[in-house]
Amino acid sequence: MKNFKKILAVVMAIALIATVFAACGEKEPNAETPEGKMKVGFIFLHDENSTYDKNFIDAAVAACEELGVEYVGKTNIPENADCYEAAADLADSGCSIVFADSFGHEQFVMQAAEEFPNVQFCHATGTMAHTAGLANFHNAFASIYEGRYLAGVAAGMKLNEMIEAGEFTADEAKIGYVGAFTYAEVISGYTSFFLGARSVCPTATMEVQFTGSWYDETGEKEAATTLINRGCKLISQHADSMGAPTACESAGVPNVSYNGSTVATCPNTFIISSKIDWTPYFKYMINCVKEGKAIDADWTGTIATGSVVVTEVNEQAAAEGTQAKLDEVKKGLEDGTIKVFDTSTFTVSNITDTINTGAVVDADKHLTSYKADVNTDAAYEKDTEVVENGQFMESKYRSAPYFDLRIDGITTLNEKF
Amino acid sequence: MASKIVKNHTPLFHIAKRDELPFYKSLLIRIGSIVAALIVCAIVIIAFTGENPLSIYATIVEGAVGTKRRTWGLFQNVAMLLCVSLAVTPAFKMKFWNIGAEGQVLMGGLATIYVMMFYGETLQPAVLYPVMVIASILAGAIWGLIPAVFKALWNTNETLFTLMMNYIAIQLISYYTYVNAVPKGSGQIGIINSDTKAGWFPSLGGYDYLLNIIIVAALTVFMFVYLKYSKHGYELSVVGESENTARYIGINVKKVIIRTMLLSGAMCGIAGLLLVAGTDHSITRETAGGRGFTAIMVSWLAKFNPIYMILTSLLLVFLEKGAIQISTKFQLNPSFSEILTGIIIFFIIGSEFFINYRIMFRHSAKKEVK
Repeated sequence: MKNFKKILAVVMAIALIATVFAACGEKEPNAETPEGKMKVGFIFLHDENSTYDKNFIDAAVAACEELGVEYVGKTNIPENADCYEAAADLADSGCSIVFADSFGHEQFVMQAAEEFPNVQFCHATGTMAHTAGLANFHNAFASIYEGRYLAGVAAGMKLNEMIEAGEFTADEAKIGYVGAFTYAEVISGYTSFFLGARSVCPTATMEVQFTGSWYDETGEKEAATTLINRGCKLISQHADSMGAPTACESAGVPNVSYNGSTVATCPNTFIISSKIDWTPYFKYMINCVKEGKAIDADWTGTIATGSVVVTEVNEQAAAEGTQAKLDEVKKGLEDGTIKVFDTSTFTVSNITDTINTGAVVDADKHLTSYKADVNTDAAYEKDTEVVENGQFMESKYRSAPYFDLRIDGITTLNEKF
Repeated sequence: MASKIVKNHTPLFHIAKRDELPFYKSLLIRIGSIVAALIVCAIVIIAFTGENPLSIYATIVEGAVGTKRRTWGLFQNVAMLLCVSLAVTPAFKMKFWNIGAEGQVLMGGLATIYVMMFYGETLQPAVLYPVMVIASILAGAIWGLIPAVFKALWNTNETLFTLMMNYIAIQLISYYTYVNAVPKGSGQIGIINSDTKAGWFPSLGGYDYLLNIIIVAALTVFMFVYLKYSKHGYELSVVGESENTARYIGINVKKVIIRTMLLSGAMCGIAGLLLVAGTDHSITRETAGGRGFTAIMVSWLAKFNPIYMILTSLLLVFLEKGAIQISTKFQLNPSFSEILTGIIIFFIIGSEFFINYRIMFRHSAKKEVK
């Protein structure tokens, strides 16, 4: 009897596996849905609880609805072989375009792109499409530094208002910034934010605390609290959870957000948020496929394409006249009279073998020449001159940001991330 | 009625331990529990989403085995979960609460990726693969050995110790990916050796995951034999039942603890090898994907029997794959699928109660009928 039991268990295990195989064998992937509607697949790192992913999900649903294509979304796809499996599965199920939203998805999406030459694979924030030589793999990003700059102006006005109200002196106008990694995207973001703030509040300084994670609610909360305890009067962040905004709300410190409005959770401290609106890009890629046109290998959205936006100003927390000032600055950014990375507005004095390597500055420490690592490689080879006409040309040679200079006035508290 | 109870002093029902049930009966109880779970899930589905439960169940099946690719993905994931489950089993059978499998897997993976990155170009494949295997086994075994030694010599709490070792492993991975990140500062190392494929597991007959699956199948047989027929297996189960008995019959308990954890850690190291060299070709903090913890459930549900573990890991992965498809197709938050999985597992665990115990109702009513 005992032996029989064991044999039966084994037989059942085999039978189960056999049925599973039998169930799967026949079905062929169908290229089109019954209605013949075009299908677009999306891969998201987290779900709508992450501000970063919510921003993508909302745009994807909106774009698909507007253009009458079928939306297929996969959430919580990690940055490993699961991402390749998800991308290949979407291609199997007849999607004409597969889009992935997280930086770490890139190479796994490329793996799928090689396998499915007739499906277009698009990837946000990636750096490799312009050198990969894969006709059906594309990167996209937006000149978010313009949005950060605008948000920075709103932050600077808030600092000015608090200085005038006598809450602290002009010298104490210190901003705190919670960053994810010491990655160019983050550095470009906080630098443009700082330059925006300093354009209206000249005495502003900034401290940056890194968390070593794109999504770590506890870590981001702790980092924001640390910065507040160090005397930061205003906090902004580049990380994807609600950690920093909620820390600000409970400490009563003004917060400039990212990826979308956090006013619902933080009604007293939320000032404004910059974000990338991905709807224009999604519409662009879908229309390209519909019309049989090639998608750009490397697409950069701007304020002009409607890709870079700031949310409504929260009157309860923002300084008076913020909206009017922002309208003025936005106009300046659009017509080119204001340049975010104008080299005359910042100085670089710390040039070593590990930081700001290769930067050339004049007698006043203003940048005159710098080569950035635009073509991604393991040796971090600085391959492209990016200073032209007194300006650091961000997002010109590649959509993903490559500004990685540590400028004066910003102190990074922990570099090892 | 009430007066009767008072008279007889018999409760409505009482619980008694069962003798071993015939196999078909315990099978019936198990099937019954799954049917009951599906009914409860159906009620939850209708109450919270208004969707048709049958189409949700169909979607689970579709998500798990709907296409050839999904089926391969299912078996690959079953193999990985099973591998970690096999690894934790000897320790659990010994009642050594190793919740550090996550860290042991990551250390095995870290050793693998290190060899692939820094020796992938210089070593011949005939040397490279054995070095990767040895490095991953050693790394996992050392991560398992440390808490075992402390337990054996100073009787430290292995639960806390192994848990903390996980965090150390995760931070080591963070540091490694920070130092070797591409592009600079991104904290990601990406796919390693994508052009040379040095250190990648070969695909057998065009199937990328087949080698992984074969290795885990072999490990399953090994673990079954080891636990069932080897002297080591017998010794560790005696230590698990009673350390004093073990000592009395002359088993060196310290030696058994250390030896078993070495084996447990080494097998976790192999899981790390399979995940890095045979699956992702990269490493992140999430490479182990929580398998170190899920494995505990797989192992316990199967009562430490490696053959049953095939079924329990298949069940869990099946539900997990189905859950992804549910959230895609019905645009429900993935947490909802996790609720369904929770209900099903609750019922399965509950069914064990009815297999081991029986509920005896008061007999008086029956007697009257007779």
